[in-house]
Amino acid sequence: MTSVLLSVLFQLVQLALVLAVAPLLTGCVRFAKARLLGRSGADPLQPYRTLLRLFRKEAVVAHGTSWLFRAAPYAVFTLIWLAAGLVPTFSTQLVLAPAADLIALVALLGSARFFTILAGMDAGTAFGGIGASREAMIATLAEPAMLMVIFTLAILLQTTSLAGIVETILGQGVGLRISLALGLVSLLMVAIAEAGRIPIDNPSTHLELTMVHEAMVLEYSGRHLALMELAGMLRLLLFMALIACVFCPWGIARAGDGPLVWLLGLVTFFGKMMVAVAALAVFETSIAKMRVFRIGEFLGGALLLGLLASIFLFVSTGFKG
Amino acid sequence: MTVDRISLTDFLAALGTPAARHEPWPRFELSVEGWTGLRDRLAAVPAWSLLGLWGETGMVHLALRDDTDGDIAVASLTCPQQSFPSLSGVRPAAKRLERAIQDLTGLAADGLDDPRPWLDHDRWRLRHPLAAVPGAPLGEPAPYPFLPSDGEGLHQIPVGPVHAGIIEPGHFRFTCQGETVVRLEERLGYVHKGVERLMKGRLPEEAARLAGRLSGDSSVAHTLAFCLAVEAALGVTAPRRAQLVRAVMAELERIANHVNDIGAIANDGGFAFLLAECAVLREQVMRTNERCFGHRFLMDRVVPGGIAVDLKQEGRQALADLLPVFAKRFRKLVSIYDAKSSLLDRTVGTGVVSSDLAHRFGAGGYVGRASSRGLDARRMPGYAPYDELDFQVPVLPEGDVNARVWIRIREVEQSLDLIAQILKRLESGPGRAFLPESHAVSEGMALVEGFRGEILAWVRISDGGRIERAHSRDPSWFQWPLLEAAIEGNIVADFPLCNKSFNCSYSGHDL
Repeated sequence: MTSVLLSVLFQLVQLALVLAVAPLLTGCVRFAKARLLGRSGADPLQPYRTLLRLFRKEAVVAHGTSWLFRAAPYAVFTLIWLAAGLVPTFSTQLVLAPAADLIALVALLGSARFFTILAGMDAGTAFGGIGASREAMIATLAEPAMLMVIFTLAILLQTTSLAGIVETILGQGVGLRISLALGLVSLLMVAIAEAGRIPIDNPSTHLELTMVHEAMVLEYSGRHLALMELAGMLRLLLFMALIACVFCPWGIARAGDGPLVWLLGLVTFFGKMMVAVAALAVFETSIAKMRVFRIGEFLGGALLLGLLASIFLFVSTGFKG
Repeated sequence: MTVDRISLTDFLAALGTPAARHEPWPRFELSVEGWTGLRDRLAAVPAWSLLGLWGETGMVHLALRDDTDGDIAVASLTCPQQSFPSLSGVRPAAKRLERAIQDLTGLAADGLDDPRPWLDHDRWRLRHPLAAVPGAPLGEPAPYPFLPSDGEGLHQIPVGPVHAGIIEPGHFRFTCQGETVVRLEERLGYVHKGVERLMKGRLPEEAARLAGRLSGDSSVAHTLAFCLAVEAALGVTAPRRAQLVRAVMAELERIANHVNDIGAIANDGGFAFLLAECAVLREQVMRTNERCFGHRFLMDRVVPGGIAVDLKQEGRQALADLLPVFAKRFRKLVSIYDAKSSLLDRTVGTGVVSSDLAHRFGAGGYVGRASSRGLDARRMPGYAPYDELDFQVPVLPEGDVNARVWIRIREVEQSLDLIAQILKRLESGPGRAFLPESHAVSEGMALVEGFRGEILAWVRISDGGRIERAHSRDPSWFQWPLLEAAIEGNIVADFPLCNKSFNCSYSGHDL
């Protein structure tokens, strides 16, 4: 009974945690990038103020839009929040753990994207359409790559449940696997594309013609924009947490651990996030954005790596068997 | 086609009568037959390139240069019928200039196949501001039909005039097939300030301040062109020290803008690092400007007759300190650009302007030089003090964004070297010559190399010493049309990169 209560409590803490930390993470990435460019950079807490300001402002809705345009921010935000809440950050003891399946995660992200794309086209502006078509192109290429990585993990760990993956790695260990390394690289590439980072998309650009994600939310303002922005921040946190959870689960508390381990789980989670922030900032600063049509090659590479990962796994298990 | 060799000046002299006082190159007044004869000749001699085409009350002027020998001359046509034969068929760059003449003076270009207005968006308080009697506005702005593009699956993307970034206003109408641009059409004129009309009736000193505000980033070059034209008209020459200091200012302006552009191009390729570094370098130049001449953009430092602020010992020291530090840091940035394959992947082969097009439009500056058109007003016709200085004019054949970046890089290197050479030659002396009293109507003209390319300035001074008509032709007039050609067949997402590599002036073009 207590364990159920605890898992409900942990789930709520987890949902609150991701929501509270996501703007900070984005703020830290921006701050680190500014520092790397030699600028003093805005306070890492700035995104909170921006969101607060947007929530207070009036939401202007473009003429001729349907209910979908107004509903999309809520749907997108909820879906991504839920998805972020599924990824174990500091403990695997979550009430939704049985549902926290990698395939469910892909489905949640896909649904959120579906609404964003529709909302982008709903206003009928050229930029929304451009952004939507580019986003759809990226999605069609990124999702198979991500599924390929998931299949590799499923073969290796006999599960696609995130809690199960953590339990297996922490419990039995999997050793060093070339497939896992390939899967990691593939997932990193997918994460960059999905989170809309350089070299796929430039989150800080003001050039309407080059935007992907920003172009779709160009018509939003006020609380709608705040929700869309917050969803974007949650998406970044989600992918960072996902990679940390699958490839570096050490520190995450498991069922039966005590309060000290929970605390340790929280501390290591923050540590991992800061490492991810630093890595992302350095990577983004050191590379230019790629040509739109190169994205296909980039994500094709991710798919290939995912495919190789699973093939290697088959080959190695084949030899063993 | 074989054409008998006859120089531009001789050809015009045979067609018309020379104007009394037009310095330093001659101006000939042509009849309508002479004008059409010249038009036919232009069709046969592509080397006679268009330098400028402007109108005034009842008259149009055409400045030409023979690119092979540097011969420059002006042809004028009085238009009693309020119309003149269009030259757009033989010089495509004339098209927008003629549309601007129609808007400003009310003279009609016969045979111009584009009847739409250009600078006038029916938002002014009057029509034909340069005509003898300006008209009343039409009232309701007429719709502006963009050129049609028909085909299956084509869609249009309107961009601007208000942009998401802090840049000047201009409208771009893209017709695309998916991501590929089928056609781009520009609409400009949003920043028309009426500078030419404002100059009318003012003293040269006052008008020079206006010239310096035509395009804020080329303040020195525009003012210099205007001042050289005034000095030519009045028959004075700036003292040697003034010429040298003016050249220092012009090169500082060139360096600041080129460095800024290199960073901005990289940033539009998503590589913010170079922008941050180049912004620091540019800022160093701007602060040196402030220390040397008391103004970051060097506005109003060049005046008719010489310079307003002389370079003091402290300023020389500031320049001597800046040059080696700047050169070292700049070299480092260039090597970063050259080694950044992800960025080169964006710039190489993007936005190609063919050499043929660059010649046909008479494009100058980095746009022309990156497409094998290696003309530089400092060399041809040349003006003091550049005739005694040693510098190279870089030329590349590729015509892509990367080539335009490299032209800028090489020009920055040349400019740094030029400043060092000038500082060595700087001797004490007067910084300003007094303008003589004007007793007769006189006309002057000058061609100056700004950072974008050749700036043409033309001026007529009345017998009372006031400006009767002044015209400044920004290099952007011949570069904007090429941008439309450069983006064709590229993808929409590469437009910002191409646009930044051109960095045409909206303000200088819109007058």
